[in-house]
Amino acid sequence: MDKRRNTAGWIVLTAGIVLIAAGCILGQPDSVLAKAIRICLECVGIG
Amino acid sequence: MDKKTSSRKRTASYRRFGIQAAAALLQNANFTGFFTGKIYDGPLKQVCVPGLNCYSCPGAVGACPVGSLQNFLGGLNFRIPYYIVGLLVFFGALLGRAVCGFLCPFGWIQELLNKIPFYKKNRFKADKALRSVKYFVLAATLLLPLFVKLTPFFCKYLCPSGTLAGILLAASDRMIRGQLGWLFTWKAAVLLALIAASLVIWRPFCKYLCPLGALYGFFNKVALYRMDHDASGCVHCGACAKACRMNIDPARTPNSMECIRCGDCVRSCPQGALRIGFRRGTEAGGNPHTERKTITDSTN
Repeated sequence: MDKRRNTAGWIVLTAGIVLIAAGCILGQPDSVLAKAIRICLECVGIG
Repeated sequence: MDKKTSSRKRTASYRRFGIQAAAALLQNANFTGFFTGKIYDGPLKQVCVPGLNCYSCPGAVGACPVGSLQNFLGGLNFRIPYYIVGLLVFFGALLGRAVCGFLCPFGWIQELLNKIPFYKKNRFKADKALRSVKYFVLAATLLLPLFVKLTPFFCKYLCPSGTLAGILLAASDRMIRGQLGWLFTWKAAVLLALIAASLVIWRPFCKYLCPLGALYGFFNKVALYRMDHDASGCVHCGACAKACRMNIDPARTPNSMECIRCGDCVRSCPQGALRIGFRRGTEAGGNPHTERKTITDSTN
């Protein structure tokens, strides 16, 4: 059981890395940056 | 409890506190922002932090995963957010809800508030039912932006981290102060309610409302950082369940979706039947003379 869970953990981790890589190829970190460097009016309660 | 166990428990507790403090400081290392009211706009903000930390906080040096996700889902040109989902899957597979227990600044704030001497009531009837609310919040966080564009439901109406960011920004920026209206009043009321609840209940936001905690909870069963229970070493004394402030029974469900990996149960076990940490599949359990029998998990 432990071994199976461990394998599942590694598979999910690898899937995460693949998704991150896919996102980077598509330039998604730039979109995250573009949103994150401006004050989010909804978040701070201005709307 | 003997002196050695008590001292071990204290050391481990201090260690977690130290990690939480360091994580909160590192994620909010733009210290000048707190005085100038200007948010950090450097390249580090391309990366989402693992816990709940508003990117509009003047100290924040990373992006908020929930805000970024909602921004993608609620954008006018819908794109599948591979990058953010990938980061969340990565953190989840590696740590599960240990992210909540060790790395989330808002979780730490709630723990600090709960240390204030006040009436405490951590176990009550509605607790179990209220816990399911966070899964509805998660569903709403993911689905509503798909239908109501440009509206980050969670960030706009619930997120207490954003309200804290708003307070900090308003404190140093007159323009922002002048724009605060009914939405801020609502969010401040939510924050105040959570602060009041934190005095009484341990981590109420994590237990009942946090969509990020709900999401990471799904990873607890497979995360590389996890808990093991040695059924043959357990004497069923109930010390672990009594020590658990998330109100779960670690002997029955060591990898419950509610467990934030604080380790209180592990330290309270007189038999060493619970272990927590990064595991290799074949590693032996808490009692080295016995063969490991990890019980099947079920959601608490």
